[in-house]
Amino acid sequence: MKQANGDKCIKLKLKVWRQKTQGSKGRFESFKAENISKDMSFLEMLDVVNEKIILSGKPPIAFDHDCREGICGSCGAMVNGRAHGPEKGTTLCQLHMRHFSDGDTVVIEPWRSRAFKVVKDLVVDRSALDKIIQAGGYVSVNTGGVPDGNAIPVPQEIAEKAMDAAECIGCGACAAACPNASVMLFTGAKISQFALLPQGHPEAKKRVLAMVGKMDQLGFGNCTNEKECAAECPKEISIINIARMNREFLKSGLFS
Amino acid sequence: MKLDSKIPDGPLSEKWDRHRFELKLVNPANKKKFKILVVGTGLAGASTSATLAELGYEVETFCIQDSPRRAHSISAQGGINAAKNYQNDGDSIWRLFYDTIKGGDFRSREANVYRLAQVSNNIIDQCVAQGVPFAREYSGMLANRSFGGAQVSRTFYARGQTGQQLLLGAYGALSRQIAAGKVKLFTRRDMLDLVVIDGKARGIIVRNLVSGDLEKYSADAVVLATGGYGNVFYLSTNAMASNVSAAFASYKKGAFFANPCFTQIHPTCIPVKGTYQSKLTLMSESLRNDGRVWVPKTPGDKRLPGQISESERDYYLENKYPGFGNLVPRDVASRNAKNQCDMDKGVGDTQLAVYLDFEDAIKRSGQDVIGKKYGNLFKMYEKITADNPYETPMKIYPAVHYTMGGLWVDYNLMSTIPGLFVLGEANFSDHGSNRLGASALMQGLADGYFIIPYTIGSYLAEAPLGKIDEDHKEFSLSSLEVETRIKKLISIEGGRTVDSFHRELGRILWEYCGMSRNNSGLKKAKKLIRDLRVEYWENVLVGGSEKDFNQSLERAWRVADFLEFGELMVIDALERQESCGGHFNEKYQTDTHEALRDDKHFCHVSAGEFRGDNRKPKFHKEPLTFENVKLTQRSYK
Ligand SMILES: Cc1cc2nc3c(=O)[nH]c(=O)nc-3n(C[C@H](O)[C@H](O)[C@H](O)COP(=O)(O)OP(=O)(O)OC[C@H]3O[C@@H](n4cnc5c(N)ncnc54)[C@H](O)[C@@H]3O)c2cc1C
Ligand code: FES
Repeated sequence: MKQANGDKCIKLKLKVWRQKTQGSKGRFESFKAENISKDMSFLEMLDVVNEKIILSGKPPIAFDHDCREGICGSCGAMVNGRAHGPEKGTTLCQLHMRHFSDGDTVVIEPWRSRAFKVVKDLVVDRSALDKIIQAGGYVSVNTGGVPDGNAIPVPQEIAEKAMDAAECIGCGACAAACPNASVMLFTGAKISQFALLPQGHPEAKKRVLAMVGKMDQLGFGNCTNEKECAAECPKEISIINIARMNREFLKSGLFS
Repeated sequence: MKLDSKIPDGPLSEKWDRHRFELKLVNPANKKKFKILVVGTGLAGASTSATLAELGYEVETFCIQDSPRRAHSISAQGGINAAKNYQNDGDSIWRLFYDTIKGGDFRSREANVYRLAQVSNNIIDQCVAQGVPFAREYSGMLANRSFGGAQVSRTFYARGQTGQQLLLGAYGALSRQIAAGKVKLFTRRDMLDLVVIDGKARGIIVRNLVSGDLEKYSADAVVLATGGYGNVFYLSTNAMASNVSAAFASYKKGAFFANPCFTQIHPTCIPVKGTYQSKLTLMSESLRNDGRVWVPKTPGDKRLPGQISESERDYYLENKYPGFGNLVPRDVASRNAKNQCDMDKGVGDTQLAVYLDFEDAIKRSGQDVIGKKYGNLFKMYEKITADNPYETPMKIYPAVHYTMGGLWVDYNLMSTIPGLFVLGEANFSDHGSNRLGASALMQGLADGYFIIPYTIGSYLAEAPLGKIDEDHKEFSLSSLEVETRIKKLISIEGGRTVDSFHRELGRILWEYCGMSRNNSGLKKAKKLIRDLRVEYWENVLVGGSEKDFNQSLERAWRVADFLEFGELMVIDALERQESCGGHFNEKYQTDTHEALRDDKHFCHVSAGEFRGDNRKPKFHKEPLTFENVKLTQRSYK
């Protein structure tokens, strides 16, 4: 097997947020990342750095990750001030080092959002997102006793639009990127998916009220149309979903 | 101990109905008195938790990730099978059953597979009702695609993210039960031991991955839905946290481990690039609907693909298997790719790759149509390799993907420990020695939505279960053992990182217990693994402390188990002196290099029993009887 060779390798200076526990005070720590192949993913670069840190007897940089395929939504950090780094429509695990240049300084911080507390280093607590779903992000059917899959036709265009919304991976980048710490893109995407599909209609009103209410209660901010969320979303979920959520909210009759 | 599969009597097509009728029911008012622990929130675990809670049981659910939605199932791409026959192309429950039995090279139980095919249709209905946005035709009807090992189109899909959408459906159902207070959810928890009291599974010991504390949970039954062990190979398409530890701890407590050597190497993955590589990325099998696999005819031909003319290309799958072409089952496709590379026909820098070419499909249907079907996969491929598959063929190579082996379970999905049920990829049940594409999602959801609610009820209704709680001495003993092992790992303070051991273990298994195996290699592997394990316990460097969020320690625990489990795989591979499906022993092959079974001696499930550290496990045999299908040499010509 061919090894990462010289001309394809770069050197970087990392400034990484280190924080021992939720309550403790954090600070930046510098590391040299050497002999980094351009074919590596960002997380593989961190693996290489961590191996060295472990061998030197120090605690490695903690970061969440699992699928490394851009679908589980575990990974994520602010890289040079951008959620998931500089590449559009890309999670951190799918960001490759060919997008960096030799000698770059790379600043890596956890999601900054008042609803996400730091657990350790780059790891944050995103259980607030689960709570929003628990408030109503589902169709209330029990197992069994449902009609045949083809009983209710769903026009292809509608199914495609619902799928566009359903692609959200729940990583929290939208809230981290938003100056108001709003998570409306996440919530809007789920509400849109069900607002579009016939299966979601019976509970539409209840759902939007419950999910929006929960979002406010958890301390997420309001949308003032900065559009940072959609710009940084690794799945390029459209801002249309926020508009659709707002329409659903109005339709729910609260203001009518 | 004789393995009793508890397969019901009667004709194949009536077994499940009859069994459901015969199973005992729990009085609705009594259900809330039973507590069930569900470990895992993938398709199998999430569907189980939701369904049991809907029925009224008290459920506590555990997962490693920070959210149940992030379980490994989320990354399944291609689709889920069902025998709906919406295409009117000749599909039926019988055909799905037959394809799955044959695809598994006749090493699974007829009754289980038939039941799976039966409930497959309910799964699609359930998921549609949950609002899963499956692909649709212009008519508004559900769309299908084709997968390997079948000549009908029965795979339902949601773009290239079917697992994500199905899991989010199950996660929604689970979330609803959490909101209703019926399920208590524990995230960032790692199950490190099973607690067995009076011969029955009664609880678990988990490590809180944030605080490092060990926690005890007691219950009336335990459901393991902890996924497969593909990561024993280090490099695989599995998520990084996928592990064997929960299953292996149960094995050490008396659950038999069935067919550990049955592992699936998937033919279409992005080839390995460098030693730093942490995982391999699958390119869904659905791509073989439209992509054509080829290599240059001349060995050592290093020209770029565009410079190699049609007549100089060998579309080896289409030529060798005209009946199924590019859609032969995975084991067959993988072995053939390896053979081509062994003949020096491999392509790309490393020459460990073959082409998967979409040129003809794009010419035929247009870039738009192909983009709509596979856009996200093409994008992912380009991100990783910096090559554009619309313009140049993909380079692919086989990679470890799925494990057919798993804890032995009977027809009720119960292991050899009463009260311990095992679901999804963690059990061995339905795929024999090779799983067909789009059938793991089907199995996980079948187990969780439609099988466990019946069978666990019957167990609870019948078993006299005394009241116990976490103060029982077995919990303290178990917890103490776990603590001792953790402390030991941390105290070694050697000179090699956990990952470096894991990588080496992976190399050994890939070389000697991978796509192609032989007896001398397997014997060698056994020794190498033992030596590596000895070194591990003397020279591993974990770092940090146990009362902390310590990811190196998490991995250290898992690798310690992989180092024991790897040996079990190799022993099983040595015991099975035949080839079948994904288990290919070079000594047993047909003239055309296909797997040659020995039905006379090996038509059985082999289930390993733990008999103490460093003692050889005892393998028990469950004979497989085929009353409805004829055992044949698999042919895909
Ligand atoms: C890239 C990829 C693509 C695939 N595509 C398809 C496809 O198109 N069609 C198809 O049918 N199949 C596909 N498969 C296979 C399929 O995805 C898996 O077999 C299936 O999802 C496994 O589901 P599961 O519920 O059994 O386990 P998993 O989804 O693996 O879930 C395991 C759960 O157990 C938890 N867990 C594990 N260990 C512990 C522990 N010690 N303590 C606590 N919790 C634990 C985890 O946190 C997780 O919640 C694919 C697999 C891969 C890798
Ligand atoms: S690790 Fe799963 S999205 Fe990045």
